[in-house]
Order: sequence, then structure tokens, then C-alpha cells
Amino acid sequence: MSWIRIRELARKEFIQLFRDKKNRPLLIIAPFVQLLVFGYVLSTDVRDVRVGIIDQSRTRESRMLRDSLEANQTFRITHYKDHPKELEEILLRRKVDLAVKIGPDFSERIRRGDSSPIQILADGSMSNMASVKIAYTSLVLDKLNQNLIRELYHQKMDYGKIDARIRTWYNPNLESRNFYVPGIVAFLVMLLTLLLTSIAIIREKEVGTMEQLIVTPMKPYELILGKTIPYIIIALAHMIAVTLFAIFWFHIPMVGSAFLLFFAICLFLLSTLGIGLFISTVSSTQQQAMMTTFFFFIPFFMLSGFVFPIASMPTVFQWLTYLNPLRYILIIIRGIFLKGVGLGVLWPEFLSLMVLGLIVFASAVKRFRKRLD
Amino acid sequence: MTGLGSDVVYVKDLEKRFGRFVAVDKISFSVKKGEVFGLLGPNGAGKSTTIRMLCGIITPTSGYGRVADHDIFYEAEGIKHSIGYMSQKFSLYEDLTPFENIRFYLGVYEVPPEQWKDRIEWVLDMTRLHDVRDRITRELPPGSRQRLALGCALLHRPEILFLDEPTSGVDPITRRHFWGFIDHLAGEGVTVFVTTHYMDEARSCERIVMINEGKIVVTGSPSEIISEVFPDTPDSDLNDVFIELMSGRDS
Repeated sequence: MSWIRIRELARKEFIQLFRDKKNRPLLIIAPFVQLLVFGYVLSTDVRDVRVGIIDQSRTRESRMLRDSLEANQTFRITHYKDHPKELEEILLRRKVDLAVKIGPDFSERIRRGDSSPIQILADGSMSNMASVKIAYTSLVLDKLNQNLIRELYHQKMDYGKIDARIRTWYNPNLESRNFYVPGIVAFLVMLLTLLLTSIAIIREKEVGTMEQLIVTPMKPYELILGKTIPYIIIALAHMIAVTLFAIFWFHIPMVGSAFLLFFAICLFLLSTLGIGLFISTVSSTQQQAMMTTFFFFIPFFMLSGFVFPIASMPTVFQWLTYLNPLRYILIIIRGIFLKGVGLGVLWPEFLSLMVLGLIVFASAVKRFRKRLD
Repeated sequence: MTGLGSDVVYVKDLEKRFGRFVAVDKISFSVKKGEVFGLLGPNGAGKSTTIRMLCGIITPTSGYGRVADHDIFYEAEGIKHSIGYMSQKFSLYEDLTPFENIRFYLGVYEVPPEQWKDRIEWVLDMTRLHDVRDRITRELPPGSRQRLALGCALLHRPEILFLDEPTSGVDPITRRHFWGFIDHLAGEGVTVFVTTHYMDEARSCERIVMINEGKIVVTGSPSEIISEVFPDTPDSDLNDVFIELMSGRDS
């Protein structure tokens, strides 16, 4: 193995990469743009729910209900209406997210000690959001119920015997950003290495310089190393920049070991570089390489648990996720960022990532031949 | 199986098929050390395919071949320290400068770093590219780029230089210079294996093999070939021979 050869090839690769002015913004700005877009846009948190309300009761009790909705920072009553038709209209036109209807006999029933129904309408066309909003509303009403009961029955009374005090660990405020942003590191590293390594090799084939490399004594693995090392360095630089940005800009808690994260990304790179090399062996033009990259990338993304939970997938697809390096790295990244766990807990994922990486990389190298036919 | 001791290239029944198409049809020839050897033929005759098999770029379908004492089937990598190759198409990095290209190939050929400075000077002198060493290669005129390609193929002082249509698209003055340089190299003991379809260039070769449609048509020195094909008209030249042999066969 000749280190000079590998060094000179890597050096040449860097010169070419940065000499092309079009590449610079792509390499430096693109990751941050993606991080910002993902960080701000990709959120399943429910905030600022606009509520339209009909209060046909207009009593102290109905005002209590309105107040307790408004006291919760999630809700904001934006429309007061008189007719149920009007309420439906504003829900339909998406002027409000939730419509609440309080009947005329609301207070009387409560004072009688009966239960008093109210109607809550939510827009089910956004099913995910609707269920979250309804759950939030139930929480508010639950609290109100407890207060009303205490008020009605003056004697000391506990509301039920089980007092569940729920604490969500590792992400106490259930910020969806904390869940998504760390995963973007893996997503960016994968896209970058898949695309850049395959294109770096295909470009040489396209312009004819590969032929000139083949007549040199350079060994196939030296060629592979020289071609991948620059992208390993760039990927790791991106990883560090993106991680720091996630921590200091998005205030994502990073409780685990940065070194372990670095090590995990290195293992992950083995798979992505292997797939990149594989793409370079099956494509003959840069365009083909690009198409093939996306052919691989979309299923990897969908079957990773990055956005769509693996547990909700049909069984067959759940099996497929075991072949996906992105699955393991996401578990590792979230574990390290949010839970601060180490190898003691994450070793199955580290092991899977390593085995998968070695297999993918070795078979890509085996396919990679130093001849043109 | 090897040819005579002085043969640096020896080929026997070498064949290359691409699917059903026979690009090179069982050709046999040999090249002596220090010789300027020309492989001639019209476009598509199989010249490039032959040269690419000899350089280990593509694998032959069948036959036998040795280059610089290495089997082209099984020891293709062993050949590579001993040969320089310049392809038909300019195949250096156009987005690098001549200096960066030279440095890259010095590294790839494992020339010891302490010799780099001298080697770079030597190549820049030889190719007369001192003034443009830090310009982007893409912006250089074709003649300079061709000299750079030749320079890079010679950086590691190969025993055999393979040149695939080295002068296509180059002006006559540069071609004259180029062939002067080839003679100079041959004088230093470098074997030069060149393909061309310019017959005036073929005259500069010591020995010629003419091929058409993958088959060898005639072999010999330029004068031998002329007298063999036109025994009665001594003032004929290689152009006449070429036209006679390449078109005559079909009719």
C-alpha cells in the first residue's frame, strides 16, 4: 500500500472539489440550510390552537370553561359565534382548528349534579394533528372537572383513587425538534457521501481520466481509499458543524458522549461509502448515479424511523428496516443526544452497523474492478 | 511460449470480442526493444482495442500476450510500472494546472519525493510548459495539452510508450516536433508503440503492422511493404499501399 498515492489522489480530489466554484456553496451552505429547514419545519408539536366557540349558556360555569381553555397556552379563542352553522363554516374554512359548542342547559345540569355534554369539533383531514388537539382539550377539561367536583361537594374528596403523575423522560417537554434535529446529522452525512463518492468516480470514467488511472500501478483499494478519504473528512466536518449548530442554535440537549457519536458516524460511513461505491459500479454517467442515489435514498429515508415510526409499519417493512444502516444510526444518535446512553445499551446497534458496513463495503470493493470492461 | 529475448511486446492469436462483434481477430506480432513500431489501420480497425488490451485497460477474450515480461491476462498490474500510455482522447485533469497534473502522476507512479523537483523541471523543459505551469489545463492550446499528456506518460521513465493516435487534431508543425521527440526517445532506448492513420507518420516507424477489420493485412518495414504491394512501381508511397489494401479487400 502506497500512502503517497493515496495522499496525492485525496489531495487532487480536494483541489478539484473546491476549485469548482459551484461546489463551494453546496458543500458549505447546503447542510445549514437543510438543518434550518428541518429544524423549523419538521415539527409535530401542537402550538397556538385557534378555537371558535358558541356559548349558549353564558353562565359562570361556561365562563370557567372558556377561561380554562385560554389559561392553557396552547389554546387561543379567536371566534365567538351564535349559530352552529357559523361555527361549522369557520371550521370548514380553516379559520379555527377546533370548535367548541356549549349548550343552553350547560350550567343547570352541572348544578343538578348531572354530567353536562359539550360538543368539540376538530378537523380530521389532518388526522395526526386532530388527535393531538383533542387529547390536549381532554386534559384541560379533565382539570376543570376536578375543580367543579371539589366546588360542588364541599367535603374533602379525591378525584378517583389513582393519581397518575406522568413524567416524560429524556425529552421532558416532548419537543419534536429534539427528536428530529439530531437525526438530521445522519441524514446529511448519508446524502453527501452517497452522492459525492459515486460522482467522484463516475466523473473520471466520463471524462476519460479513469483510463489513464488504470494504466498506472495504482491498486484498486488505493483508488478507493484516495477517492473516499476526502469525503470522509468532509462528512465528519459536516457532522461536527451540524452537531454544534443543533446544540447552540436549536438548544438540543446533548447529554451523551461526543466521542461515541463520532465513532458511530464513522461506522455509519462504512455503509454509506460502500453504497456510494456500489452506485459508481452500476452507473456510467453522473446522471445515472444521481438517479440511482435517489432510488436508494428514498426507501432508506422512509424505512429509517426518521419521521415515520418503525413500530407502525407493516411487519414485512419492519423486517426490511433491519437492513437499513440509517435505522441503527438514528437509534444511536437519539440515544446519545437525548438519553446519554453508552455502549452498554447501544452495543446491538453498534454491532449491527459495523457488520452491515463491513458487508456492504467489502462487496462494493469486490465489485469495483480496475478494468474498463 | 515467450518470444525472442529482445521482444518487449509479444502477441499470439490475440482476440477481443464485444458480444458478437469481433473487434480484434486473432492477431499475432512482436515488437523489439527500442523499436518505433506502428500499428496502422482505418478507423474502427481495432487499433485502440489492441493497444488497450496491451496496457491492461481491457481484458482480451482469448489468445496470448506478453508486455515487458508480464502476461497481459494474469499479470496486467505488473506491466504498469514499465509502460507509459497516452490515449486518443486527452485524459489528464483539465481543471488542474500542468504542475498539479505532473505532481499527481509523480505520486501515483511512486517516484521518490526527493526526485520530484528534478523530474518536474525535466518534464516542464521537455514539454516547454514552464510559462504556463500554473494555468488551468483546460485553457491551454491543444498542442500544449498534448505535450503535457506525453510528459505525464513519461514521468516515471517507462521502457515502453504506448501512443494511441497521438497527433490527431494537432497542427503539422507540432506533429513534426512531436515525431522529432519520438525519434529522440527511441535513441534513448525507449520502445515506442504508436497507432496512427497518417501515412507520413508511418514512414517514421521502423516496423509497421497494418490491420483492417480486426485482422492483420501486412507486416514489415515501410519500404518492404511498399515493394511487396507495388513491386513494379517503386515511386509508390504508403498512402497508395494503405488505400490499395484497405479498399481493395472489400471489392
